Amino acid sequence: MRRTRGRVKARGARRRVALLELCHARSGDKGDTANVGLIARKPQYYPWLVREVTAARVARHFKGMIRGPVERFELPNLHALNFLLHGALDGGGTISLKTDAQGKVLSTALLRLEIPVPR
Amino acid sequence: MTPPPTIRIAAGQGFWGDWLEAPYRQVTGGPIDYLMMDYLAEVTMSILQKQKSRDPALGYATDFVPLMERLLPLLAERGIKVIANAGGVNPRACAQAVAETARRLGLAGRLRIGVVTGDDLLDRLDGLLARGHELRNLDTGRPLREVRDRVLAANAYLGAGPVAEALTRGAHVVITGRVTDTGLTLAPMIHAFGWRGDDWDRLAAGTVAGHIIECGAQASGGNCLADWERIPDLANIGYPIVDAHPDGTFEITKHPGTGGRISVAGVTEQLVYEMGNPAEYITPDCVADFTTIRLAPAGRDRVRVSGVKGRPATDKLKVSIAYFYGYKAVGTLVYAWPDALKKAQAADRVLRRRLRDLGLEFEAIHTEFVGADATHGPLARARAPLADLPEVQLRIGVRSPNRAAVERFTREIAPLILNGPPSVTGFAGGRPKPEEIVAYWPALIDKAVVHPCVELVDV
Repeated sequence: MRRTRGRVKARGARRRVALLELCHARSGDKGDTANVGLIARKPQYYPWLVREVTAARVARHFKGMIRGPVERFELPNLHALNFLLHGALDGGGTISLKTDAQGKVLSTALLRLEIPVPR
Repeated sequence: MTPPPTIRIAAGQGFWGDWLEAPYRQVTGGPIDYLMMDYLAEVTMSILQKQKSRDPALGYATDFVPLMERLLPLLAERGIKVIANAGGVNPRACAQAVAETARRLGLAGRLRIGVVTGDDLLDRLDGLLARGHELRNLDTGRPLREVRDRVLAANAYLGAGPVAEALTRGAHVVITGRVTDTGLTLAPMIHAFGWRGDDWDRLAAGTVAGHIIECGAQASGGNCLADWERIPDLANIGYPIVDAHPDGTFEITKHPGTGGRISVAGVTEQLVYEMGNPAEYITPDCVADFTTIRLAPAGRDRVRVSGVKGRPATDKLKVSIAYFYGYKAVGTLVYAWPDALKKAQAADRVLRRRLRDLGLEFEAIHTEFVGADATHGPLARARAPLADLPEVQLRIGVRSPNRAAVERFTREIAPLILNGPPSVTGFAGGRPKPEEIVAYWPALIDKAVVHPCVELVDV
């Protein structure tokens, strides 16, 4: 982790990649809140996710798609982050008029996010 | 008596409607000790409550009875026990139906059915509200009295305790009402290993095992994004099995010769599914800390799970309440190249204008262009080659407390075929139907006022 941090400081040595290249994910619902579990494909990617995929960044990514705030939880043991997207499902469950009323594919929507990583 | 070194708990259904072959394959594909089946989603209870109000002998997952007819002789022969929350809002009727089937199969005198009740609070609601249990909505904070007259079902989530008790009293088949998904898997561990009610780490470990297998094949390669194209033979997918040990460690595996995959990546996907705060996974049995879980590969299609820590259970139970909310309907039409998206967008504008001109009021009108933005919204629109799409489905839905408004909406779709934008098709399904919306109201209640009950039915 220290080594990757050192590399971050070397500006210009970074490229932007979609999370799809670094992670897999699964999402689901609890009422009007969707959760997205974001899992590093390799343990060495995890510190980059912690650093770059902040709750604020995820909230910006989903701007216009969710009405409430975004919360983030860390699971270093699983090299995973869990995001709660509040107000994501048009009321959720049976109320929602959305195709994805249960947020099942917000997982791959998050994987569209691009973050800077070392070359 | 020393506890057995390992018990095998196999998942047979992840929801009511899951693959009918899965439980049969779990019973016949190799040795198991318990077949665990989860039938109840949040909305299911209200559907069952409605069925029971029409016929007092209904209100349970009816698929369970023909399944038991198919499996009971095999289960008896192999000594496999069944745990299922198929009882819905009428576990006793479900048990009676299974008992009749068993007698017909010649199993009289050889089968004991355990019935777990006490979760159903519908008839007790007014008393509970009068005694100051407000049953506030966990998401919105509103008190239940605001929708009391529209409540259709109210069930507390019971834990593993009464299920374990039924097993200890000799039940071969345990049929429950609203027991937590995780409790169904934890219960046989408590029973077989004699875990104490305050052994929080082990109870948490069993809860984690339950979470992993409660959605069936979602832990064994189904709906798995990691390396999905190389997951073998989904047609023949094996559902997950827990090999549980008395110390609280366990392995996730599946029967040999089946398709799918048990991998650290796949199990991790299931662990984060429907997750809130991972350090506080609250169940009636304990509070499990998912940040303590250690996963390790343990051979082909085998993942070892260890290190799970737990904390004392809270003094509350979650209550799942279903109430009538209003009506909705969704209509679709398909527009073809060229300019498929533009045509669909034009049709949406025309339709919305007509709804407005009719003076119809809706709580919500929601339009999606399937093929362009239905699932990923603006994130997809920013990148898709929208000008050249071969076709786009216009999908428009409305929601209202007023049934007549929703009904009128359903008659405004078909006219667009002849009086709207061109190149339209895909209307063979006919006019959409207004649907009743039964919504979900999660709440908490003091554990002390809920009384789980175990009954035994000897066939």
